[in-house]
Order: sequence, then C-alpha cells, then structure tokens
Amino acid sequence: MATTDQYSGGGIVNAGDLPDKPAPIRTDGAIAWMRDNLFDGVSNTLFSLVAFALVLYVLPPALGWLIFNANWSGGAEACRINPDAACWPFVGARWEQFLYGFYEKSERWRLNIILAVLALGIAWLVWEKAPARKFAALFMLSVFPVFAFIMMYGNETLGLPIVDTPQWGGFTLTLVIALSGIVASMPLGILLALGRRSKMPVVSLLSTVFIEFWRGIPLVAVLFMATIMFPLFLPAGVTFDQLLRAVIGVSLFASAYMAEVVRGGLQAIPKGQYEGAMALGLPYPKMMRLIILPQALKIVIPGIVNTFIGLFKDTTLVLIIALFDLLGIVQASIADPNWSIKSVPYTGYVFVAISFWICCYGMARYSRYLEAKLHTGHER
Amino acid sequence: MQVSEERVINIADMNKWYGQFHVLKDINLTVNRGERIVICGPSGSGKSTLIRCINRLEEHQQGSINVDGIELNNDLKNIDAIRREVGMVFQHFNLFPHLTVLENCTLAPIWVKKMPKKEAEEVAMKYLERVRIPEQADKFPGQLSGGQQQRVAIARSLCMNPKIMLFDEPTSALDPEMIKEVLDVMIELAREGMTMICVTHEMGFAKTVANRVIFMDGGQIIEENEPEEFFNNPQSERTQLFLSQILNH
Ligand SMILES: Nc1ncnc2c1ncn2[C@@H]1O[C@H](COP(=O)(O)OP(=O)(O)OP(=O)(O)O)[C@@H](O)[C@H]1O
Ligand SMILES: [Mg+2]
Repeated sequence: MATTDQYSGGGIVNAGDLPDKPAPIRTDGAIAWMRDNLFDGVSNTLFSLVAFALVLYVLPPALGWLIFNANWSGGAEACRINPDAACWPFVGARWEQFLYGFYEKSERWRLNIILAVLALGIAWLVWEKAPARKFAALFMLSVFPVFAFIMMYGNETLGLPIVDTPQWGGFTLTLVIALSGIVASMPLGILLALGRRSKMPVVSLLSTVFIEFWRGIPLVAVLFMATIMFPLFLPAGVTFDQLLRAVIGVSLFASAYMAEVVRGGLQAIPKGQYEGAMALGLPYPKMMRLIILPQALKIVIPGIVNTFIGLFKDTTLVLIIALFDLLGIVQASIADPNWSIKSVPYTGYVFVAISFWICCYGMARYSRYLEAKLHTGHER
Repeated sequence: MQVSEERVINIADMNKWYGQFHVLKDINLTVNRGERIVICGPSGSGKSTLIRCINRLEEHQQGSINVDGIELNNDLKNIDAIRREVGMVFQHFNLFPHLTVLENCTLAPIWVKKMPKKEAEEVAMKYLERVRIPEQADKFPGQLSGGQQQRVAIARSLCMNPKIMLFDEPTSALDPEMIKEVLDVMIELAREGMTMICVTHEMGFAKTVANRVIFMDGGQIIEENEPEEFFNNPQSERTQLFLSQILNH
C-alpha cells in the first residue's frame, strides 16, 4: 500500500499521494435505475404508477388514431369508410395550399426559392462551424427581407408578375408575419427597454406609456383596430395594405413584451459592470452594445425565445381579419363538401398543431443550446 | 521613486452632496506626477466617493477638479478625455464575465483608442505578463481566483496606458493568501513611477510605497502627512483612534 499513515510524535502525516479511484457506480442496469429513480419511497412509487397508468390509458388510442389505424392513402373514399382515425390523404391533397395559400400556381417557384434561401440562411446562422457567420447575419437581416419581398410581391421591371398580398396565405404567410414580427420586435424592444430605464424623464415616460399601452390591450383588439379603425384616420383614397397593417400591429405588440423581457435582463446587471466600462472610457452606446446588452440578453434568452414562440403562435389570430395563415387556410379547406368526413377537421387541426409544435420546439431547443454555449463559468 | 513638481491632479474647495447628505466637505488635494497617495479612514467617511469624483463616476457640485490640465465639468469631451488618462481598479474587480481575460484587456484599446486588434493583443499580453498571468489569457474571469481576477483588472486598466491609477480597496474582497500577489503588482507599479491614489487599509503597503497618507473622516480630510510621521506621530485624535483600532486588531 502506498498510503499508510505514519505516526510521528503526536501528529499524523500522510506519507504519499492517494491513488485515483474510479467514481462509485450507483446504477448497474435498468432495474437498479428504476429502483433508484422511480420507486424509491412510497410517494415516488405512487407517482410513477399513476403516471404509467395515464400513459397506458392515453398513448395507445392516440397512436392508433394518428398512425396505426389512420388512413394513409386512398383519398376521401377510404376516409369515409374508416372515419374513426386520422385522414392523412386530406393533407396530402391540400398540402400545396397549406404551404402557399392562394398564391398564383405558376409563380409558386418564387416562394420555393425564398423558402430555400431562408432555410439555408438559418442553417448558416445556426451551424457554429460555418464560415463568415457575421456576414450571414448581416445578409439575413438586410438583403434577405428585401429580396424576399421583391420575389414574393413581384416587380414588373424584373419580369416578375405582381402577386398581391390578399393572395398570400398558408404557412408562407405565417412565416412572413412571424419573421417580420420577430425581426422588428427585437431591436424595438431593446430600444424601448433602454428608453424606459433612461435618466431622461421624457424618454422614459414615452417608452413606459408605449409599452403599457400595447401590453394592456389584447392582440385581437389590436388587429381589429388595425383593420377597421385605422383606415378611418387615413385621408380618403389612401389605402394601406391589410397585411402590412397586421404585421405592424403584431410587431408593436410583441416589442412591448420584448421590452419588458430585456428590461428584466438589464436590471440583473450589477452597477459595477457599468462602472468598469465607464472607467475605461467607453461612451454610453459602446458600453451598452459591448458590455451591458450582451450580458443582459444572455440572461433573458429563455424569456426572449418565450416571446418569439408566443408571437409565432399569435400569428394565427390574423384569421379573424380575413388573412389566411396556416390555421386559416386549413380551417377553410375543412369546409370543402368533398371532404365532409368526421375525421377531416380533427386531422386538419392536428396537422396545424404538429406544424406549429415543430417550429416552436425547434426554437426552444436552439435557445437551450445557446444558453449552454454562452455559459462562461461562475459569474460573480 | 521620482516625484516631479508637475501637478497632475488639483482638487480645490470641492463639495459633494447625496441629496441633503453632505458627503464631501471642502476637499483640497493636489497630487504631483509620480506621487503615490494612500487614503484611509473609517467606513462611510467618503473615501470611495472622493476618488470616484476624480474620474467622474460621481459628480461633484461645488469647487473644481482638474486632472492633467483638463477641467472636470459637464462637458462630455472632458469626461471622456479624463477617463482615458485615469485607470481605476475596484474592490470587486468589475471584470466583464462574458469576455475572456484577453478580450477584457483589449476591449478599451480597440474601441476607445481605435488600436488595431493585433496590436491591442500584443499590448494586453505584455501587461498580463507584468501581472504574471499570461497563461490565463484565454480563460473567462469566472474561472479565475479572486487574486488573479484583480490582477487582470489591473492589467486591463494598464492597457489604456493611463497616467494616473485609482485603486478603491483593491484587496479587501480577497482572501488573505491572495492579498500579497495583488499588492506585489501594485508595489511594482509604484516603483515604475505610476501616479497612484489608493484607498486601502493595508498599512504595510502605505509604509512601503506612499509619499503621503491621507486620513478622512466624516467627509473631510482630517490629516495628511508622510507615512512615517503619519503612523508614528499622528496629530489628530481621530487619526490616533483610527490607527489604534486598525493596528491592534
Ligand atoms: N449613491 C449614494 N446615495 C446616497 N448616499 C450614498 C451613496 N453612495 C454612498 N453614500 C453615502 O456616502 C457616504 C460615503 O460613502 P463612501 O462609499 O464614499 O464611503 P467609504 O469611505 O468608501 O466607505 P467604505 O470604507 O465602507 O467603502 C456613506 O455614508 C454612504 O452611505
Ligand atoms: Mg469605499
């Protein structure tokens, strides 16, 4: 043994270094894991059993409806014969409409290009090892919106026939509203948060009034006002695109929430960070951009993503002002008499739910990843 | 340790209030280039407030503060100019936790002095070597010990090549075994002729490097003397009481 204690006089001296031992293994196999984690103690065992019972009760019928008994082919006829399970042929027959809305059929390639560039751009931004990611961010925030708008709306001189906004719809419309809202609400929210904390009373008051105004009214009311009341204030003959009004409404609404999230982050930054930056001679804008905001925003990533997810789902409300986003278009298709089958509405709504869930869960995962990546050890 | 005749800080009849509370009373203080001043005094006596007025982290309401020929007033240009000449080290380090040690050091040279990144990194490494932690350059502040963090904070200030350094109790948040490593760096700095104003209760440090010790109480400068005289022969009763308290404890 290398490590016998030796006694010299009255004290104890350790003769050598202790060898490294492997960490004790607490779990050896599934049974032990279950015993340690699911069935240790009466209440935990009870909880586990109740949870198992619930899963057993809910899961098989759900999977049966969604997958195993579902109609996967054969059109409306098959669904009519088996109406007690999902009718996926309905989605199969309508998916183009769900994706593109009433967008001119011959021009849909334009949307495909936009979606492809968008997907590539997001991949470029998210993939950490990609080169020139700063350039990607710049491109996606400045060039891409202009490019996407021209492609989508059309431009006679470029030989792209105009496809006006009432024809936009489906998932592409959901993306248009949600992404504009996200991209606009972030900087606006940051400015409002800084404004609300400003030492200048006028700036602070205006920001506060703005935030509390938008936070205090329901989004549905905002959208109704944008559609019905807003035109009353415009001079006769001046029109203002319906979709643009909705986008502005959603953006302002989301920016008020964003402002409060960001303000929470700003409040968590200790005074010493400001003093450290000021003592180095950094002027206010640089101090904010380089020191305070990076830390404040990092703290509130969960809140920011939460707001984004809320905004993404809130876009479905535009269906009440006669814009056909994904939910709106699915709802419209359900009414088709050729598909008047019991399972079709359920299938449609489940499809919408799954589509939204995938997008929102993706955002949630990315936020978790970002949090982990930006963690820089113990903070004081 | 050379002290020149040139005045770099001139504070005349300066007064400051927090609301109704008169925190600094008729402060008169001049500092020559290369001088090292230690400020001590009981808690709440206004030591921090005084040195924070010198780089305008706090605003004074009466009297004048002149730093290296620049008058401190509401002119933002003057404030920026003074902050570029005056470095400050805080009790709680105030490093930027989201940036690496190297980035902490290069930030101000790059963004305030418009120094090219590569040059800023060379300067930063030079000072990190001076404070004896070049090997920590790529770590984040949260991964360092308190003493290491404070040395990074000193290096970060030095990277701006300041003419004057202010220290506000730089060792009082540190465990005893780390105090020495920070004081050693400060002593070295003093030997190189840096003009320094240190708020500290490290009397050993004061005896080693200070030209003058200033004792504050109740927002006033009570006594000001060379270290030897100050410690062996304090004039005011309040100074005597203070010294007996900190030296006997
Ligand atoms: N922002 C503030 N508002 C109001 N009073 C303040 C403020 N900052 C400090 N004070 C008060 O001013 C007095 C001087 O504070 P200061 O921090 O300068 O003391 P100090 O000598 O540095 O004390 P310490 O040794 O505890 O650091 C204290 O009584 C303190 O309570
Ligand atoms: Mg203090």
